[in-house]
Amino acid sequence: MSASNTDFVLAVEGLTVSFDGFKAVNDLSFYVDKDEIRVIVGPNGAGKTTVLDLICGRTKSTEGSIKFRNKELTKMKEHQIVRAGVGRKFQTPSIYGDLTVFENLEISFPRGRSVFGALAFKRDAEVLNRVNEIADMIFLSELLESRADLLSHGQKQWLEIGMLLIQDPELLMLDEPVAGMSVSERRQTAELLRRITKDRSVIVIEHDMQFVAEIADKVTVLHQGKILAEGSAEEVKADPKVIEVYLGH
Amino acid sequence: MSYEGLRSLLPKSDLLGFAVLALLLVVVLPLSLDIFRLNLIGKYLTYAFVALGLVLCWGYGGILSLGQGVFFGLGGYAMAMFLKLEASSPENTAIQSTPGIPDFMDWNQLTELPWFWEPFHSLGFTILAIVLVPSIFAYIIGVAMFKRRVGGVYFAIITQAVAAILTILIIGQQGYTGGVNGITDLRTLKGWDIRTDEAKYVFYFLCVFMLFVCLLIAQFVRKSKLGRLLVAMREMEDRVRFSGYDVSNFKIFVFCLGSAFAAIGGAMFTLQVGFMSPTFVGIVPSIEMVIFCAVGGRLSILGAVYGTLVVNWAKTTFSESFPELWLFAMGALFIAVVMAFPNGLAGLYNKYAAPHIEKLLGKVTGKSNNAKATVGTQGVAHERQ
Ligand SMILES: Nc1ncnc2c1ncn2[C@@H]1O[C@H](COP(=O)(O)OP(=O)(O)O)[C@@H](O)[C@H]1O
Ligand SMILES: [Mg+2]
Repeated sequence: MSASNTDFVLAVEGLTVSFDGFKAVNDLSFYVDKDEIRVIVGPNGAGKTTVLDLICGRTKSTEGSIKFRNKELTKMKEHQIVRAGVGRKFQTPSIYGDLTVFENLEISFPRGRSVFGALAFKRDAEVLNRVNEIADMIFLSELLESRADLLSHGQKQWLEIGMLLIQDPELLMLDEPVAGMSVSERRQTAELLRRITKDRSVIVIEHDMQFVAEIADKVTVLHQGKILAEGSAEEVKADPKVIEVYLGH
Repeated sequence: MSYEGLRSLLPKSDLLGFAVLALLLVVVLPLSLDIFRLNLIGKYLTYAFVALGLVLCWGYGGILSLGQGVFFGLGGYAMAMFLKLEASSPENTAIQSTPGIPDFMDWNQLTELPWFWEPFHSLGFTILAIVLVPSIFAYIIGVAMFKRRVGGVYFAIITQAVAAILTILIIGQQGYTGGVNGITDLRTLKGWDIRTDEAKYVFYFLCVFMLFVCLLIAQFVRKSKLGRLLVAMREMEDRVRFSGYDVSNFKIFVFCLGSAFAAIGGAMFTLQVGFMSPTFVGIVPSIEMVIFCAVGGRLSILGAVYGTLVVNWAKTTFSESFPELWLFAMGALFIAVVMAFPNGLAGLYNKYAAPHIEKLLGKVTGKSNNAKATVGTQGVAHERQ
């Protein structure tokens, strides 16, 4: 099945993945606009993470199409999808603990990505400026020389977000970015998200409905691999089906 | 390379380490040991090439190969084939039924030099083959494994299987390879007798020189972004992949580089010891190489050299008195290192000796020496000035 061309940044159509017969994502279709902030909510096991896995190529779909700027992603390798402009943050902070914050950001800087490019890579002014700029944005300027595994949980989450920002992706996907954060870290993260979501499309998976209402242009509620409801945060919150399976408890 | 470039390749603490090792290998040992013992050290050093490659593959990249003997052997055999052909001139082999071919071929009723031996008449070809044949072989294994995302224990087992297969092949194809005895009775290199003490000295220093070339290449890789990528991949492979890198290419590269190092070591072995045999190709020597690397500290390129020297010195001393106990001792040593000193000798050095030495260095140069973390940034600042 192949989707037609659209103006959307991301067009997902008829997406299905089955793990040994169990359909974690089942005939899913949704569209994300340019500069839109889309939040995906849903109970645990609804298939939210799996949807991101499918888009970024970590899991291969069984059926359906994923088009990013009208380019079919389902046949592409992970690194090609990244290079096309899709960045993805994992649910648990995925950073390089043995390297410094500086090195974590530097590795993510989109240059010298081939073997010989990496050997010849020079830490020049452009890299330094960009790393400093991003470090500032993610509240880690003071910690550039510390080993990343010494950071707090919240700081690690920020670092990973920074590692994506330095690549300036056109579509940014964040899997529960504020989970496990303290109240003040949450506030800072909300502010960070508002800043970084300018000029790019973002898909965020989030549970905190108050937080969702604050940032979302549009909310998609997922349940058992299917869309249960879609609309503004207000509409979704008022939807009886959503209240029953998700917000009720 | 500019002065700043050199400084960032070999910052003060590393420079000191390189200098101490050079002093030891170039001055202290040659002056204090007789040629028999020095030749033995030279033989140990050939294993250090393999251990060095393992530091990059295993320590940095997290790719444990239990088949590095394969590449050591291929390099060693390539060298031995050249020397054997020179030793098998028609004059030297006049009494054979087919003069002009290696003696073991004659014993196996071969009447013609096999086609793949022909190019080894050329020293230039041989030198290229020493590095290229193992690298290409490693590339093929690397592509087959890493593109399919085979890694970890599976990769280790497959490399073991390759080592076993190659050993069986060499032993089985006696007429082409010299079989279980290997390629022996090597005499001259371009007419120059390689069995004299003088030749042994020359080869020892050549071996040390080549080791330093490989150490510098390894240091360059470590210090480049590729070195940091290897560490990153070892820890969080998916994050690297989802930062736009084709992870398999980096694994293939470092595996090929480690194999090329091993092959150079193998060629140095043949030159210094005067023969090559399947006992250096199989599973046991391959595992021993991993132990050398682990004892030295798998993240330390200089540690690999010391680890190799220490374990081999212990092996020689120990197995002279209790030959049957050596394998057990080796096993115990490996377990002890893994359990108690996961960073090996280098870890002990960094913990107990390095702080004192840094302090001393600081005094000597009148500067505090804790600038390690900012070296890179400083380097750029200098470049911009
Ligand atoms: N690789 C996999 N193999 C088998 N089952 C999986 C795999 N990935 C996810 N699942 C299953 O798919 C369902 C959806 O998981 P997930 O997308 O992680 O949910 P969530 O909405 O909580 O992020 C779960 O039941 C999970 O067990
Ligand atoms: Mg999830």
